[in-house]
Amino acid sequence: MERQLLLGSTLCFLVAVAHTLATLREGVFHPRRFNFFAIALGFALQSAFLYVRGHALGRCPITNLFEVFIFLAWSVALIYLAIGPAYRLSLMGAFTAPLVLLIQTFALLAPIDIRHPVRLNVNPWLEFHASMSMIAYGAFALAGVAGVMYLVQERQLKTHQLHSIFYHLPPLTNLFSALTRLLWLGFALYTAGLVSGFFTGEPLPRVKMICAFAVWIFYGSILQGRHLHRLAPKRIAALCILAFSAAVSVLWAINFVSQTHRS
Amino acid sequence: MKLFCVGISHHTANVETRERYAGLRSEAALRQTGGCQEALLLTTCNRVEVYASAEQPVATDEVIRILRDSGAEEAERGEAFYRYEGEACATHLFRVVAGLDSMVIGETEILGQVKKAYEGARESGSAGPLIHRLFQRAFRVAKQVRSTTDITRGAVSVGSVAVELAGKIFGDLRERSVLILGAGETSERTARALSSRGVSDIRVSNRSFERAENLAALVRGRAVAFDEWTAQCREIDILISSTSADEPLVTRQLLAPMLRGRADRPLFIIDIAVPRDVAPDVNEIDGVYLYDIDSLQAIAEQSLAMRREQTAAAEKIIADHVADFAARFGQGSDTLVPAASSVLSDTRMRPSEL
Repeated sequence: MERQLLLGSTLCFLVAVAHTLATLREGVFHPRRFNFFAIALGFALQSAFLYVRGHALGRCPITNLFEVFIFLAWSVALIYLAIGPAYRLSLMGAFTAPLVLLIQTFALLAPIDIRHPVRLNVNPWLEFHASMSMIAYGAFALAGVAGVMYLVQERQLKTHQLHSIFYHLPPLTNLFSALTRLLWLGFALYTAGLVSGFFTGEPLPRVKMICAFAVWIFYGSILQGRHLHRLAPKRIAALCILAFSAAVSVLWAINFVSQTHRS
Repeated sequence: MKLFCVGISHHTANVETRERYAGLRSEAALRQTGGCQEALLLTTCNRVEVYASAEQPVATDEVIRILRDSGAEEAERGEAFYRYEGEACATHLFRVVAGLDSMVIGETEILGQVKKAYEGARESGSAGPLIHRLFQRAFRVAKQVRSTTDITRGAVSVGSVAVELAGKIFGDLRERSVLILGAGETSERTARALSSRGVSDIRVSNRSFERAENLAALVRGRAVAFDEWTAQCREIDILISSTSADEPLVTRQLLAPMLRGRADRPLFIIDIAVPRDVAPDVNEIDGVYLYDIDSLQAIAEQSLAMRREQTAAAEKIIADHVADFAARFGQGSDTLVPAASSVLSDTRMRPSEL
């Protein structure tokens, strides 16, 4: 049952991506509400999956790498649905859907859904720490998406090669403003997740701490560069993409070494 | 009942001919003496068209006669007039409202003009059920064409390209400041276009301070001494340059130090001078977007080409609507007849619909 929910959700994101590709093949990019509704349906099915899995586990379903990735995909969709309407919703969806599809397809295909032999104890602080961190990752992912959109638009403006998508992308300053807000949101949530990690009562593996703080420092440095006007928007956009890639890699590493997540 | 259209446009008549028919209100005469049951007159700077329905055929010459009697200044022999009937009439109107028949393909002003003409005919009682159905469908076609194709996308003149690019860089232009360097005519037009988009802080600098003051007065800006323009670059968002200098005034060496400390504030430079005022390598500075006259023209042409590419998709939408419209109201390719039930429902329509 839960697997079918996830497959249904993945299918929704696949349809959104296919729809975008089809409109691009026409040579004209038309952002429509279709993408938004496809993502919303995919999100609803993701939520249903997490509910069923959480019910079976008796706790927040972030107990193995598979669940971590699904929770991450859910967070990305959540942040998109929350902030998308403030911007060009269909267009951001066109960039968001492939990312969610990629994460979810990987989670479904990779042999990483390894159930724990014993039922895990409920630890509210641990669940708060994990869920905050995952939602922060969702915000960072969307900041990366906004970064890609910024670089696409910036490139077109610099080279004077304006394609159909140029007319549908938001202005550079609006994109940069969205990117900055997403960075701040992600950073605040991540900080909350990081701090709450100290209250879990669980042992804190050194490698996990170093990785978690490295991600925090990376994003903090980007924001500092932004605050001091030291970094050009183009570089901040590129750094957002790089930082999210690094953060996902670190997430993987953390999951393998974390006693908290394993036991 | 026959639906037909008689008219002249920029395709068939020059402006001197068209202007003779500007501002006419002949709908009442077309109904009272022309034998039309319904009539709507569309007059714009590019076209004068009568859309009407009649039980018996109304000759084109009769329509022209009524237009003349309504005040057209000079006799027109009629060669410039075209006539469409039935489906062809619907096709023509749908093409007109979609901007396919306009001088600049995809322009959207025509839709407002058609709506205004329709409102006028509706209020005067000249538009009946068939004209109502035809024009309501035409507005639906225009909306669909605009929302599903890129026919209206992209600016097609140098000034409007500059404004569109500024919008794509800055979004809201109201808080932006502009420096005009050199008091040329194109600068003035571009500044006016930016002003119409809400830019209120316009500064003008010219070797002749008097000319700077004159242009500043025209665009509601303020004049700046020519030896101060470099310092102004620290504050402005948009630089429009059109001096007659032989060598580039704006170089990378000059500009780069001034842009330090404003990394997240882009600078949009529009160089419309020939020879160019801005060295091309200025475009390599982060956050600087340099467009010269050639690149602006290239974008305008690219937009026009893109619009032309979209005409096939727009024509397809129009053909589908014409077929559907004819199926509901038609009895052949040249006659459109509202079915009894349609007419009945039309007479019962709410005033807001009519």
